[in-house]
Amino acid sequence: MSAAVSSMSYLGAGYSLRSWFTTRDHKRIAILYAVSITVFFFMGGTAASLIRLELLSPHGTLVTAETYNKLFTAHGVIMVWFFLIPSIPATLGNFLVPLMIGAHDLAFPRLNLLSWYLYIFGALFTLAALIAGGVDTGWTFYAPFSTMFSTSYVVATVTGVFIVGFSSILTGLNFIVTVHRLRTPGLGFFQLPLFVWAIYATSLILVLATPVLAMTLVLVAAERLFGIGIFDPALGGDPLLFQHLFWFYSHPAVYIMILPAMGVVSEVVTCFARKPVFGYHMMAYAIVAIASIGFLVWGHHMFVSGQSMYAGMTFSLLSYLVAIPSAIKVFNWTATLYKGSISFAAPMLYALGFILLFMLGGLTGLFLASLALDVHLTDTYFVIAHFHYIMVGGSVMAYFAGIHFWWPKITGRMYSERWAQFAAVVIFVGFNVTFFPQYILGIEGMPRRYHDYPSEFQVLHVFSSAGAAILALGYLLPFVYLAWSLRFGSPAGPNPWNARGLEWQTASPPPQENFPTKPDIPARPYDYAPEPAAAPS
Amino acid sequence: MSASSTSAVMSVPRKSSVAEFGMWVFLVSEMLFFSVLFFGYLVTRLHHPLGFATASRHTDVVIGSVNTAVLLTSSLMMALAGRSAAAGARRSATRLLAATAVFGMIFLALKGLEYAHDAQHQLVPWRDFSLAFEPDAAGARLFFWLYFIMTGAHAVHLLIGISLVLFVMVGVARVRHAIHVELIEVTGLYWHLVDIVWIFLYPLLYLVSRS
Amino acid sequence: MSSVISMPPAASELAGHVDALLWSVTAITAGVAIAIIVLLVTFSIRYRRAAAVDRMMRDAAGEHRHWLEITWIGVPFLIFLGFFFWGARLYFSYESPPAESLQIYVVARQWMWKIEHASGAREINELHVPRGRPVKLVMTSQDVIHSFYVPAFRVKRDVVPGRFAALWFTATRSGEYHLLCAEYCGTDHSRMGGRIVVMEPDAYARWLESRPHESSLASRGAAKFVTFGCSGCHVGSVVVHAPDLSHLYGRTIPLADGSFVRVDERYLRDSILLPSKEIAAGYADDMPSFAGRASEEDLLELIEYIKSLAPQPTVAGAGDSP
Repeated sequence: MSAAVSSMSYLGAGYSLRSWFTTRDHKRIAILYAVSITVFFFMGGTAASLIRLELLSPHGTLVTAETYNKLFTAHGVIMVWFFLIPSIPATLGNFLVPLMIGAHDLAFPRLNLLSWYLYIFGALFTLAALIAGGVDTGWTFYAPFSTMFSTSYVVATVTGVFIVGFSSILTGLNFIVTVHRLRTPGLGFFQLPLFVWAIYATSLILVLATPVLAMTLVLVAAERLFGIGIFDPALGGDPLLFQHLFWFYSHPAVYIMILPAMGVVSEVVTCFARKPVFGYHMMAYAIVAIASIGFLVWGHHMFVSGQSMYAGMTFSLLSYLVAIPSAIKVFNWTATLYKGSISFAAPMLYALGFILLFMLGGLTGLFLASLALDVHLTDTYFVIAHFHYIMVGGSVMAYFAGIHFWWPKITGRMYSERWAQFAAVVIFVGFNVTFFPQYILGIEGMPRRYHDYPSEFQVLHVFSSAGAAILALGYLLPFVYLAWSLRFGSPAGPNPWNARGLEWQTASPPPQENFPTKPDIPARPYDYAPEPAAAPS
Repeated sequence: MSASSTSAVMSVPRKSSVAEFGMWVFLVSEMLFFSVLFFGYLVTRLHHPLGFATASRHTDVVIGSVNTAVLLTSSLMMALAGRSAAAGARRSATRLLAATAVFGMIFLALKGLEYAHDAQHQLVPWRDFSLAFEPDAAGARLFFWLYFIMTGAHAVHLLIGISLVLFVMVGVARVRHAIHVELIEVTGLYWHLVDIVWIFLYPLLYLVSRS
Repeated sequence: MSSVISMPPAASELAGHVDALLWSVTAITAGVAIAIIVLLVTFSIRYRRAAAVDRMMRDAAGEHRHWLEITWIGVPFLIFLGFFFWGARLYFSYESPPAESLQIYVVARQWMWKIEHASGAREINELHVPRGRPVKLVMTSQDVIHSFYVPAFRVKRDVVPGRFAALWFTATRSGEYHLLCAEYCGTDHSRMGGRIVVMEPDAYARWLESRPHESSLASRGAAKFVTFGCSGCHVGSVVVHAPDLSHLYGRTIPLADGSFVRVDERYLRDSILLPSKEIAAGYADDMPSFAGRASEEDLLELIEYIKSLAPQPTVAGAGDSP
């Protein structure tokens, strides 16, 4: 009966804990990451739930102001560094990139395992700080509050993030070398699935941007421990220097969070529309353009900070430019559906949800890129809605799309399609009810990071919190039915979706060495042909 | 393995090994890591030209210059070690690697001495900073904090480099094993980065306003 | 209960322009969003697997496709440029306070706003201003970064310690409007609010008069000019050669390193706290620093005093350095 998990598959190669914790198999490391980030997702989600509960009333007393500030900080720190940044690259990327290029593993398998251990070590470090009393600076650690005024565990928290940063850098390094050097002969760059392009571009950002964050956090710790004064005006330093350094990393970081998601969506949409992606080359160039231009726009987080007007104008123009490749991708996905043969399994529902919600989030970015509008909207709930539309409506939905799409490949089991489709709809509805009112709150002037708020904003907050309850339920559902499928799901064959891509040319789950026989390289990626339509009845 | 290809390395560009490529990518990330400090130095100096000029006259240019020579020599030793390894000259490679590590350790020892002198002359901006009553004392303080952080970060990287060189040297010395040329090349790349970072640090910290 | 969607009133001159831009961007982006949604839904239904429709791709060579791509790249690009220029031009207005602005000082600290009118009137968490007259706020923080946000005026500016930040507006409707702190600043960030009270000009004048008698900032500054010892060097000293500060504010002066600087609030503040930074040409680097001795309020009063020594109407524009 265990046809799904043969003793030859990577899951069957050793059952001990030791075989898992000393593995060098990229597929097992992906699972280690998947379990870890799920735990952190629920922690970050718990913080969010408490926040939304507190915000039900304008002068709530569920938590003190101090606790509230620690909650939104914990939510941000956990979700950004311990969930979103590793999510798709370290789970789906780790599992699939070698398979998609016909390789046995990543370029540096032991380094891959080290990345995971660094991630766990750093995450536990920060978690300890959060449990010991928390940190109340916001995930952005603005000086001089974080360096001179906060009485919370700043140094411990930034140390944990510093360590996790090295996990990111090494993972990115691994993917870059893998994509360049381990492609099976005959597989050129422009024959690669867009998912690989996306992971590659993301890895460039991981390697180039994360070190800047690391050293910036060192300076924050030094300032806090020794009072060096580099960010303290009283000692001749400059608080805006911190902001420039921080956002130089943190803006590209959001592209770390979205590019892999875009890669997943390209894989899913092509498979469930049975059509090659529209404009493959433009899609690849757009990915690289987003990653590159994304390094040049960090100052749009600082339009009202006191940077010069000319700097503001430059960053505003560049921010509009970076929107163009994203728009191209949305148009191309839509065009991919044209004359396709579309079915609506759960991965496709999530992918379609991504296109819509990412588009809405991206369009609101156009508001924020405008200098005059940003003056009014920055630091309000409009920004919160904007980035949640992209990171949750976008990245998290794409992550779920990918988890469902590749679930049979990873586990050898099919999940319950009905439950999955239901959960996708619940998540979509819950998400919109939670976050759309926040755009309105922002335009009306509701600032962010507010524990107490003017009572005229209450109705929209209640809507938002109600949505959060629906969203929370939606997120719990996959946890249940996916776990159930591990034991009771029907065994999946090598290619249950009839998808293209090298990963589908091996067993589900794959054997440890990935490809017992050399896979066939398609002439071009996504060489789908529409299946004959059902005869009209 | 790569013995034949490396003898042609002078004349024909060859594709780097996977490990070398990986090390290059890592070196790029290291450069960005240090770039924050260089940027911080640049910005702070633009705001505090007077304090920086005053303070940088108090760094120990003698030890700094000697150390620069020491580190450059160690890089030469490392490069020669790579050549010896590629040519299969085990004893020569072992000695050159040892020399590299020794020069690195000399650098660290001199650095330690320099730090001790700095503390003695009250140039550590923590308490009793000797430049506290100069005009733009704030700038002088910031200079010395940056000096300690930048040279400290460099020293940590140098220590890692020395450890790598020693580890590789032990491997080379084992007569029954083939020389792991690739590993030596990769270590060499890292060593040269540590050297290059110093080459940028030296003028910024020791040579400003000394004319 | 106020309605669910209640835009704060447009109560400043710039607010109306901002709203015009806001709703234009909303209309265009909503149009795009609707168009894409319609396409997604239409394609999903029309080309669903079970549908027996013609799926032959006629334009296999892709000529129409190129035009399509050029259009959907070019048109958004032009629209984005439009948004950029409109927003940048409006922003330029934000950064250009009129010369005749009424200048009021704001000192922010955890967790309150201290307002200092030139007349000497002081307010905490409240700012009274006349309707129809440009008001320029010169702001600094005593501790961490705060942000002065008035949604009804559509203005916001981070208030950073160690420097002056300027924000200006012309209120167009009398009434009371929220003042909110918009940069997270610690425990009571969300309680660091207040109100802007816009009054008709005559009511404002009456309000000013009704304030408890306070000496003006400038006269307080005159007293501190003596108690801090400034007059010892700057007024008729035989021993020390220090610049004469009368008729100084607003002029552009040469510095020792050959560059020129405009004497504004920023320069005066920096000269008191970091005297070695921009030494005037022809003078030695002898002035001691008053950092740690002069509070933010002291600095404002001293600055106002020095301004009062140059009685011509001065060109406003201090606060942000390029």
